[in-house]
Amino acid sequence: MSQEESGLKFSEEAERQFQDIISRYPIFPANKIDPKTGEEEKKDQRLAALLPALLLAQGEFGYVSIEVMDYIAQRLNLEPAKVYSTATFYTMYNKQPVGKCHVQVCTTLSCALRGGYELMEYLEDKFGIRVGETSADGKWTLSEVECLASCGTAPMFQATFSDGEIEYYEDLDMSQPQKVEAVLAQINRRLEGLRTPKEMHDA
Amino acid sequence: MEEKFLSRNFEIEKAYNLDIFEEHGGYSTLSKAFSMDTDTIISEMKKSNLRGRGGAGFPTGVKWSFMPRDSDKEKYLVINADEGEPGTFKDRYIMELDPHRLIEGCVITAYTLGLRTGYIFVRGELQHAIRRLERAIKQAYEKGHLGKNIHGKGFDFDLYVHSSAGAYICGEETGLIEGLEGKPGQPRMKPPFPAIVGVFGHPTLVNNVETIASVPFIIERGGDFWASLGIEKNGGPKLFGLSGMIKKPGVYEAPCGITVRELLERFGGGMLDGSDLKAFIPGGSSCAILKPDALDAQMGIETMREAGSSMGTGCVTFIDHTTCMVRLATRLAHFYHHESCGQCTPCREGTGWAYKVINSIEAGRGRPEELELLLDICDSIQGNTICAHGDSLAIPVRSYIKTFTEEFEDHIKHQRCPFKPWRTGKSKSKVSSAA
Repeated sequence: MSQEESGLKFSEEAERQFQDIISRYPIFPANKIDPKTGEEEKKDQRLAALLPALLLAQGEFGYVSIEVMDYIAQRLNLEPAKVYSTATFYTMYNKQPVGKCHVQVCTTLSCALRGGYELMEYLEDKFGIRVGETSADGKWTLSEVECLASCGTAPMFQATFSDGEIEYYEDLDMSQPQKVEAVLAQINRRLEGLRTPKEMHDA
Repeated sequence: MEEKFLSRNFEIEKAYNLDIFEEHGGYSTLSKAFSMDTDTIISEMKKSNLRGRGGAGFPTGVKWSFMPRDSDKEKYLVINADEGEPGTFKDRYIMELDPHRLIEGCVITAYTLGLRTGYIFVRGELQHAIRRLERAIKQAYEKGHLGKNIHGKGFDFDLYVHSSAGAYICGEETGLIEGLEGKPGQPRMKPPFPAIVGVFGHPTLVNNVETIASVPFIIERGGDFWASLGIEKNGGPKLFGLSGMIKKPGVYEAPCGITVRELLERFGGGMLDGSDLKAFIPGGSSCAILKPDALDAQMGIETMREAGSSMGTGCVTFIDHTTCMVRLATRLAHFYHHESCGQCTPCREGTGWAYKVINSIEAGRGRPEELELLLDICDSIQGNTICAHGDSLAIPVRSYIKTFTEEFEDHIKHQRCPFKPWRTGKSKSKVSSAA
């Protein structure tokens, strides 16, 4: 697939960031066979840029669909299969659209001890969904997540916004639910200007 | 009051900004390092008895000396900032509150070993740390602490942040190298070690954040001084992250050799009211669990090994009497199963199998022969895989069973968990909530 055929294109700002990302890694010329002509050609492969490039693409196109992976493969001169293999290994790439705000509650050791599960249940009731689900209005997705290196400020959750920004909300002592409420109000204000990942992807 | 090193800037407002960092003496060790012979720097590092702070505790100076000195190939520096070992949260503090210290350490390390390019491999979730680091690196370039001809010494060094995307296994140094190359983070066979064949096939030094952040202090005060702050073979102060059922969880700096009891009482404020200490994990979830009778063990690689566990990352999790050890083991087994890269059969299958068996014991469906089975699974995993991920399940699970045998047997005998559940059981969770 050539660049012209892909329906996707980075915005000007994302393109600038993309160029910055690829400038950080060495270039490896590799022989690549053009599937149409069967001819071999030298291409500068930029495999090392793949992890940050996929994160950038997720913030830009909402989620990492096959189409997005193909676009990144073409931009980095990689075989699509290489991109699929990496994208499916790491947990931060969403292969399906999530809500505007992806709330991930840590329930690993210290958080489990300090009320991580209570926090998760509180949010389940608040959002009217169960862990693993997305609310009908497309606003929230709730997940359980493994240790986020926030053990001294347990319990906590991580919120990933559809524009790719991530925030930690820590020290959410469940004996004071007003703390969680204040955090949710803060997030709600931030969600106002955001589209859902699905809207971003289909635009 | 003991002199602070690694945490000295944590209380200083906006020390993550270059001007404030420099006001407090930051980057002043660069000129000293540049005036030193590189062999002298390596020998100071060896004298300092600094041990890798990522968990394995390998002597840093010795690791440095493995780097080829006369290779024509470009050599790389990679900082392991993929902090994700459950219970561990100390490197974050350095990256978020004192990022320039890490950069200063990187420049000295690169100068000493002739490394031209460095990557700080940060787990993608730590976006706040990434933002702080990116900004600090930009400032350091502008001030000539990074880039071409640093301080006019004719030495070039470029430093970048590499954001990972969620995989605990990338904390293993060869898994990390794979991740840096854009591949799934499946660890490599060693040898060859990264010092010979590392990232992009080039000689690579992989060191932990806290390890490299210690380097400027060793340059400033000398290896002997650093060694004198710790105990035998374990030099210097380090950061200890305390979490669990204690009054004042957080990150504290203390010399190596401090006892867990001192950490708990002097820094952690003791156990929460109404909580009695039942057990503790000295340095991240892959360490064997210890009972309160081991509280006087000193934090050091050898001393913790003598106590029956390991110092690991030095981040201690304190567990109280209301916690079910079977359930904690279930949660831990789930973690290692979820994070197994899937490359080696004993780990891929064994971690999931162990999780299912422990979970069934917790849910009240355990059979008496299953404790033997679990120990057998642990034996079959440990030592039979490419990296230590499988061991990180086998060691703690075995220790939970051996240290709290009665609790496991009790679950099986009465076919129920006697403890208060973590959840009400409204929806499915990874850990059984049947009680």
